[in-house]
Amino acid sequence: MIRLIVALLSGSLFGAGLAYSGMSDPHRVQGFLDLFGNWDPTLVFVMGGAMIPMTIAWMIQKRFEKPLADQLFYLPATTTIDRKLIMGGILFGVGWGIGGLCPGPAIADLALNPLPALAFVGAMLAGMAIQRVTS
Amino acid sequence: MIFSSFPHAMPFEGLIGGLMIGVAAALLLLGLGRIAGVSGLAARATGIADGGTPRMIAVAFIFGLPMGALIISALTGGVETRFPTTVVPLIIGGLLVGFGTRLGSGCTSGHGVCGMSRLSPRSLVATAVFMVSGFVTVALMRLGGLL
Repeated sequence: MIRLIVALLSGSLFGAGLAYSGMSDPHRVQGFLDLFGNWDPTLVFVMGGAMIPMTIAWMIQKRFEKPLADQLFYLPATTTIDRKLIMGGILFGVGWGIGGLCPGPAIADLALNPLPALAFVGAMLAGMAIQRVTS
Repeated sequence: MIFSSFPHAMPFEGLIGGLMIGVAAALLLLGLGRIAGVSGLAARATGIADGGTPRMIAVAFIFGLPMGALIISALTGGVETRFPTTVVPLIIGGLLVGFGTRLGSGCTSGHGVCGMSRLSPRSLVATAVFMVSGFVTVALMRLGGLL
């Protein structure tokens, strides 16, 4: 139960941060990617802001034997930079540019602008399912 | 704070919102030992991916995203969301984002926020690739008169 509350708190704070920072606005995110247009640097501040607590968190993590409310740290062990990582990044970047949305803001926008957000999230889940079936 | 060269930028809100995102990701890491990667957790919550994070944990995190956004919207008197005006870019964009994030094992949150702060080489490469890919895509859209 405590783990569900921590996850819900984390997700809510994450969604609140996305909305407060303007990242739930696809036009603003697309504006960051629009280097040759009316460039919007807001995303740089968001990414920089998020790096600060997370850099500290990784320093603390090294000193912890296990997380506060779970048995162990479940961290990605893969270190290979392979074709899948690169191809995935390219395809994700194209979709990000076309819609101005990545997964977090798209899901947060289900509450702010349900119809277009649902179209995007529906397609996104379909894309995830297609990837699973074809891999 | 005013950025005279970029009148539409929100550096202050961006920084504060970014700090909130970072604290949220830190909470998941130090509390539950897990990476706050939205694409992976969304796939897990919907059952598209199995194994890894317990499903209800993923559901709780994913459910929190719109809830948190709604709270900010209520507190600040509304949050702007300017979407593409036709459904075509939403569908094509969504399909590519879904497929690409699963193939590349992460998105802006997992690789960007969590992986970069960990100095994970994989995440640094992935973030550079999707950023450049996004820049090129929007530049081509501009060139093609789609913006």
